[in-house]
Amino acid sequence: MRLLLALAALIAALLAVGAAPAPRPVSIDLPFDATPFPDLGPGAPLAETINNNCLSCHSTEMVLTQPALTRAEWAGEVTKMRSVYKAPVAEADDAAIIDWLVVMSTRRPEAGG
Amino acid sequence: MIARRRFLTLAAAGLAAPALARDVDLRLPGGPSARRLTDAFPGKRGMILQRTTPPLLETPLAAFDSGIFTPNDRFYVRWHWPFPTEIDPRAFRLTIDGHVATPLSLSLRDIAALPRFEIAAVNQCSGNSRGLFEPRVAGAQWAHGAMGNALWAGVRLKDVLARARVKDGARNVRFSGLDAPPLPESPDFAKSLGLDHALAGEVMLATHMNGQPLPLMNGFPLRLVVPGWFSTYWVKMLDRIEVLSGADDNYWMAKAYLVPATPGGSIAPGTKDFPRQPISTMVPRAFITNVLDGSRRHWQSALPVGGIAFGGDAGVARVEVSGDGGATWRDAVLGPDAGRDSFRRFDTIIAAPRGAARLMARCTSTAGVVQPLTGIWNPGGYLRGQVETIAVDFT
Repeated sequence: MRLLLALAALIAALLAVGAAPAPRPVSIDLPFDATPFPDLGPGAPLAETINNNCLSCHSTEMVLTQPALTRAEWAGEVTKMRSVYKAPVAEADDAAIIDWLVVMSTRRPEAGG
Repeated sequence: MIARRRFLTLAAAGLAAPALARDVDLRLPGGPSARRLTDAFPGKRGMILQRTTPPLLETPLAAFDSGIFTPNDRFYVRWHWPFPTEIDPRAFRLTIDGHVATPLSLSLRDIAALPRFEIAAVNQCSGNSRGLFEPRVAGAQWAHGAMGNALWAGVRLKDVLARARVKDGARNVRFSGLDAPPLPESPDFAKSLGLDHALAGEVMLATHMNGQPLPLMNGFPLRLVVPGWFSTYWVKMLDRIEVLSGADDNYWMAKAYLVPATPGGSIAPGTKDFPRQPISTMVPRAFITNVLDGSRRHWQSALPVGGIAFGGDAGVARVEVSGDGGATWRDAVLGPDAGRDSFRRFDTIIAAPRGAARLMARCTSTAGVVQPLTGIWNPGGYLRGQVETIAVDFT
């Protein structure tokens, strides 16, 4: 059965490849995630600075899915965004961003477990 | 219990963001492992959402169980920079310039007039399985699904380069696409191959995958296909080929996607100074796809175990399966051979132990490379190729 399906797919592929390129413009609508970084609770650094600096190029998941990085590793990531990818992050904002990242990645429910 | 209480506290504080809703657990050591499954991206369904913008979408491992060709609507997606969401194929042009005698600007019609070529080939992200590295490393936290296998159709790169008439002294060929960073100072994405490799014959420009035009998110209308090499070279929305007379010192070749210049690309965690080289060819891998890691199932004396394997930059010569954590192995039966660079199905039946078991599959390539039982480590989280373990509880 699997072999038959594979053969059918192959024949379909061979037929389609002879066709001319799609003549009409191809257009898609990508989803947009406007979710900001959350505040972390009483006494924790506010998310305002990271929200102002780190959402113009990527959505929050890139940060929230990282493993529990050390302060030095988080600092390295922020520096890399500025020096390599030219993100317009003022050095004066680094401390507030890194503080938030460190608290986020150590308090996260799954961190360490 | 503590973790649960902490979770509730953080949920109340707003940290349990929708992006981390527990739709799927990738079982990444130390977490966070929860990801959402999404149908929100056009032409894609049931994808693991790693990042919305720019999109990083992973294929669930179970999707590889239905055949050796990964359906286009399940094929993983990875972009560094924003890319156009509307493309007019009639206006599209591929520029070939640099160290050539005849610079070209080719329409898709011009390209379609060249001799046709097709190949089944695995496309795998350099950082596939990065989330499983220990110690963990920063970067896109993929499990095993940043890969797919397709029947790619289009034309050979060497036929395009022949029309442009590469001049003596050419050394490298650089490829870039329509994706562009949001700021002009940021490094535009571009990758290079050595001239000999570019002319070798199997490197191609694909317009179709699995019999359909490329999905826009997989590089419509044209992408480079580099069989046996990691996907970082498979430039999407390819619109520029530049022949270079020297080395390519652009960021994406000289600074990013580098691996240790050591056997297997491995170094001791924490090592700071070591020679590096651009990542290139893949290594053999095998994945059990009919029994999922962390699952619980009723015990049966004869357990079918199957999945997909690929040989890296060679074919699949052999796949062995173990039901006892690697103590004993038995050869699986290999499915039809769709070509050296394709996924290949394997199936066997093992005597399953009772209780907690560890299932493994081990690929040997036609080049004689055997997947090792122990893992490598490097700070980029690249080149993972060890035998993977499926923990399953038979009750």
